Amino acid sequence: MNIKSFILKNKRLAIGGSITAIMVILAVTGLFFTPYDPNAMDISAKLSGISPRHIMGCDNFGRDIFSRVLAGLSTTMVVAVGTVFIGIVFGTLIGAFTGYYGGYLDEIMMRFNDAVLAFPSLLLALVFISVMGSGKLNVTIALGILFIPSYARIMRGEFLKCRNLDYVMSARLMGASDMRIMFVHILPNTVRVMLSTIAIGFNNAVLAEAGMSYLGIGVQPPDASLGRMLSEAQSYLFVRPGYAVCTGMAIVLLILGFSMLSEGLEKNA
Amino acid sequence: MLDVIDLNIEFHDHITPETVVYDFDLHLEKGEIVGIVGESGSGKSMSALAIAGLLSRKHMKKRGQIIFDGVDLLTCSRGVLRKYQGNDICMVFQEPMTSLNPVKRIGWQVGESLRIHTSLTEEQIREKVIKTLADVELDDPEGIYDKYPHELSGGMRQRVMIAAAIICEPKILIADEPTTALDVTVQAQILKLLKRINKTRGTAILFISHDLGVVRSLCERVLVMYRGRIVESGSTGEVFEHPREEYTKRLISAIPKMEKLKDGQ
Ligand SMILES: Nc1ncnc2c1ncn2[C@@H]1O[C@H](COP(=O)(O)OP(=O)(O)OP(=O)(O)O)[C@@H](O)[C@H]1O
Ligand SMILES: [Mg+2]
Repeated sequence: MNIKSFILKNKRLAIGGSITAIMVILAVTGLFFTPYDPNAMDISAKLSGISPRHIMGCDNFGRDIFSRVLAGLSTTMVVAVGTVFIGIVFGTLIGAFTGYYGGYLDEIMMRFNDAVLAFPSLLLALVFISVMGSGKLNVTIALGILFIPSYARIMRGEFLKCRNLDYVMSARLMGASDMRIMFVHILPNTVRVMLSTIAIGFNNAVLAEAGMSYLGIGVQPPDASLGRMLSEAQSYLFVRPGYAVCTGMAIVLLILGFSMLSEGLEKNA
Repeated sequence: MLDVIDLNIEFHDHITPETVVYDFDLHLEKGEIVGIVGESGSGKSMSALAIAGLLSRKHMKKRGQIIFDGVDLLTCSRGVLRKYQGNDICMVFQEPMTSLNPVKRIGWQVGESLRIHTSLTEEQIREKVIKTLADVELDDPEGIYDKYPHELSGGMRQRVMIAAAIICEPKILIADEPTTALDVTVQAQILKLLKRINKTRGTAILFISHDLGVVRSLCERVLVMYRGRIVESGSTGEVFEHPREEYTKRLISAIPKMEKLKDGQ
């Protein structure tokens, strides 16, 4: 199959993939290089519009918005990846043990899970943050911990489904230890489910981080954050609508691209 | 070599406990082929799984003894049991379609027992796996080594399962209806293969089937099970020529007429 017909057949995959690729490149760029220091203020350029020097204009402190969007994207990306990583690692561990062994351990863990899931997650995040303090690292940890129960539940289902299959019996029959069966024999079979939960989780993490920062309980200055910028941009919505539009578009594109990519992948897998 | 004495298996996952195997006795010598026959649900698989140490320890109660090498497999620790599993006692299941891990390469799966029980290097394991794949009469063992299960036919998968089972040169191979899911020609080839493995390697085989014709041609001794009990046992010739139990007689009379025609000619 040639590339053109492949793209036509998998529009979602192609479009989502390209958007995601661009956003990742921008975020990685933002990690190392921005045209201006995202925090450097230039009062003379305060709220200036689009110009060759500032392609997205400047904010109320005269900071270059494009640089801040780049930096904000990379902050968001780092927090989201960290969150998903914490969620999936611990979720998989808990899911593996509870699903594979079952019994009391399973009962207790899952009831505890239900209890955590019953709270609105933003509220729980708020509690975490007020105990641990805000900032990039703490937001990542708080969101990561909040993600564990839902990941654990999904992975538990996978391990539960697999533990009595014939090939697991064969492995047990070969004298494989429980650890080996769980992580060498069963785990690779859960990759498909794992990937789609990672995809959903990534988007949720981006939204949660943006939401928390918007409310002022997330990432703190000097780290740039898209959510925080959006809340600042709100005050100047009628003077400089471009500020809010550029920041909002960054969040929208990030999530849109990634959802389309993951949907396309799922359809293809 | 293997002695099963008064094995009882009781399920405890319902309100009332349910016994599925009563007073199962079996003695297996080195190099013997013993058959277990009986209708569906008579407890053949349960007994086999118990011997292989595969029955969960939680939901069922087992009484009796399964002595192998002087060790009681029913009461020994999981660690000790694991040393025998795959190394001395192996099993081939009925369903070749689901007994292989769908996301792992054939070669990796066949070599798994070696990885668990020996300290061979990956190189040596690969060599031995390819030799064993050739040994179970698979063409192009090197090509099959890198394939995934879905790329093989049922008969080929069953050969792969047998290769995985015998790679550590076990003393006992339990085959639970290994040919039921296969067509007749493939079935005959697999039976021949099992017989050859038994001859050349001296592996004792516990062969479970409800096909009396197959059991008759393969096994030296046979146990007949009915509703969880062994109702008759003895050498194959004796049981088939002079069945003592009414149930065995009915089983034998149910063998398709073709067999009788052949015998009569
Ligand atoms: N979880 C369970 N709880 C209660 N009884 C069970 C359970 N699993 C299996 N049994 C019973 O155990 C009995 C023996 O089953 P087994 O699988 O050993 O039969 P089998 O002789 O191998 O039959 P087949 O020829 O169909 O393979 C059956 O009557 C079955 O109903
Ligand atoms: Mg059975």
